[in-house]
Amino acid sequence: MSNELLKIKNLSTSFRIGDEYYAAVDDVTLTLNKNEVLGIVGESGSGKSALAFSVMRLHTKAKIEGEVLLNNQDIVTMPKSKLDKIRGDEMAMIFQDPLTALNPLTPIGGQIEETLFLHNRKLGQQGRKKRAVELLDLVGIPNAERVFEQFPHELSGGMRQRVIIAIAIANDPKLLIADEPTTALDVTIQAQILDLIRELKEKIHAGIILITHDLGVVAEMADRVAVMYAGQIVEIASVEKLFENPLHPYTRSLLNSVPVEGQDTLHVIQGVVPSLKNLPREGCRFAARIPWVDASAHEENPTMHEVESGHFVRCTCHEHFYIPDQNEEKGEQSNGIS
Amino acid sequence: MWKFIVRRLLVTFPQIVFLSVLVFVMAQFMPGDALTGLIDPNISPEALEIQRERLGLNNPWYVQYVDWLGGLVQGDLGQSFRFKMDVTALISERVMNTILLSLVSLIFTYLIAIPLGIISGRYNDSPLDSAITGYSYLGFATPIFIFALVVLWVFGFMLGWFPTSGSVAPGLDAGSMEYYISKLYHALLPGLSIALISVVSTIQYLRSEIVDTKQKDFIITARAKGASENRVYNKHIFRNSLLPIAAFFGWEITSLISGTVFVERVFSYPGMGLLFLESVTGRDFSVVTALVLLFGIASILGALLSDIILSIVDPRIRIK
Ligand SMILES: Nc1ncnc2c1ncn2[C@@H]1O[C@H](COP(=O)(O)OP(=O)(O)O)[C@@H](O)[C@H]1O
Ligand code: SF4
Ligand SMILES: [Mg+2]
Repeated sequence: MSNELLKIKNLSTSFRIGDEYYAAVDDVTLTLNKNEVLGIVGESGSGKSALAFSVMRLHTKAKIEGEVLLNNQDIVTMPKSKLDKIRGDEMAMIFQDPLTALNPLTPIGGQIEETLFLHNRKLGQQGRKKRAVELLDLVGIPNAERVFEQFPHELSGGMRQRVIIAIAIANDPKLLIADEPTTALDVTIQAQILDLIRELKEKIHAGIILITHDLGVVAEMADRVAVMYAGQIVEIASVEKLFENPLHPYTRSLLNSVPVEGQDTLHVIQGVVPSLKNLPREGCRFAARIPWVDASAHEENPTMHEVESGHFVRCTCHEHFYIPDQNEEKGEQSNGIS
Repeated sequence: MWKFIVRRLLVTFPQIVFLSVLVFVMAQFMPGDALTGLIDPNISPEALEIQRERLGLNNPWYVQYVDWLGGLVQGDLGQSFRFKMDVTALISERVMNTILLSLVSLIFTYLIAIPLGIISGRYNDSPLDSAITGYSYLGFATPIFIFALVVLWVFGFMLGWFPTSGSVAPGLDAGSMEYYISKLYHALLPGLSIALISVVSTIQYLRSEIVDTKQKDFIITARAKGASENRVYNKHIFRNSLLPIAAFFGWEITSLISGTVFVERVFSYPGMGLLFLESVTGRDFSVVTALVLLFGIASILGALLSDIILSIVDPRIRIK
């Protein structure tokens, strides 16, 4: 209990389209322990950002239901003044697009100082400047003193993402959410930013939610993984279990879409995530995309089942699949599904 | 930034040359020439021809253009046929009046437009925003002189708070404190009339900037840092939205010009605009030419000013 940092209970986030609300995050329940790294994976459009924004309560026009408990304080219902004290201090976020996430008219230094100013009035102007330069150093920006004076447009995407990371960790947050922190960057830069996050993980002692669609990154950095599809968590388990024994067909197909030698294409998911408006509103949201699963295998309204301690999967239909024993050859796995 | 400004200045120069050619050609097409205004009906055609020759009016056009330009540079704008005096002397006091009027209306414009634009942008699609936007439509659709007439009637005649014509009360010593106060007092009502119309574009511009800036990613970053909503607006949204407004300032000058022409008429305010209308109807073409040139230069300099302001306030241009 005391080890629990974040507890999300039955969280739904709906957007209004026309006259109706559509759930981009649908009944999500999960926990994050202190110092733990939870990976959230899923295709683009599966609601990962919507979930992250809900945790930070950053949505301006959304209907939020359920609870987001950070150290037992409910983010969803707390007064805005309290929220302002927590955001940027106890919880912070790294955004996907470093090119647009910084104010183009404010020097880098000022943007880091702002978050220090907001949460630590005792620091004083000198103290803020000193700390801001330290932070720039910490995130691996060469010439920190100089960059402090520069404007965002003078820095590369990778450097700007480092600045955004510096802003996020400025007040030693307990919860750090990184929403696809490398997606917008060049491949070589991606690796550097991931290295930085891995390095910081050891230093800052925060619980981290790492959103990505790169399973390789999850395998390397996360302790546990939640797989998200169409606003729902379809499977959640420790990294080891999820990679060893993926149960949900979506997880399995995601894993198969990781380039592996000798892979087959049977599990490929068809199409893309339907837009919010076009999601099936009843029954399983996923069925339409896996025509290779027998119709009789689907559950009417799939719910989460704990198959093993800490390993949850939506619906029980995996039981209908032939799941090979662990000591069987990998290549045989695919034969079981049809 | 300097590079940008120098480049911008280099563009301005040919613009002004082009304007001068245009105005010169226009002057050539107008009936009469520099002598027409001075003609004494008793002069014989021969004597007139000698005078023409002496003044270079028979020279080829490019020689005349260069002469004319040379005159301009020395402040010689020709003779007014109606007033029988140098155009330069005639215009200079009018110019000062119009500049005063423009300043007053600029101040009114920003005093009104910035708060309204901010309210409209921050609370977009609220009833308050709808009311402000409604006023904007009214302002777009109504000719400025109708506004001016209404303002004149209400504040000048009905309430009697302000003078209804002229630019200064008679009988005051030029240069005395009372004189300047009276000048300012006379400029208030026409200035307000112009402002009531010119706020419309500034309000809508500011509103759309704010609505646009509101959904930028860096605003989310600011919220994620823990900035209160007021801080997000004051430190991020308004500041970033006012930048293009600052740059819009120069363009405002251009729109003022058309404003002054009509409003000076309604308020019988002796500025360039009134002089322009009088000169057009009185066929005083040398004055018309001079005023067109001045209006043109004011517009070009306004645009220049806009770009220079932008280059100073926007670091993306400043740091280069
Ligand atoms: N503010 C919003 N208004 C309406 N629909 C939204 C909004 N934000 C996200 N969505 C929709 O919610 C779904 C999930 O989006 P998102 O959370 O951005 O996915 P991801 O981050 O996994 O790529 C998408 O269908 C998207 O179009
Ligand atoms: S009901 Fe069918 S489609 Fe839905 S989760 Fe279960 S197996 Fe997958
Ligand atoms: Mg996203």
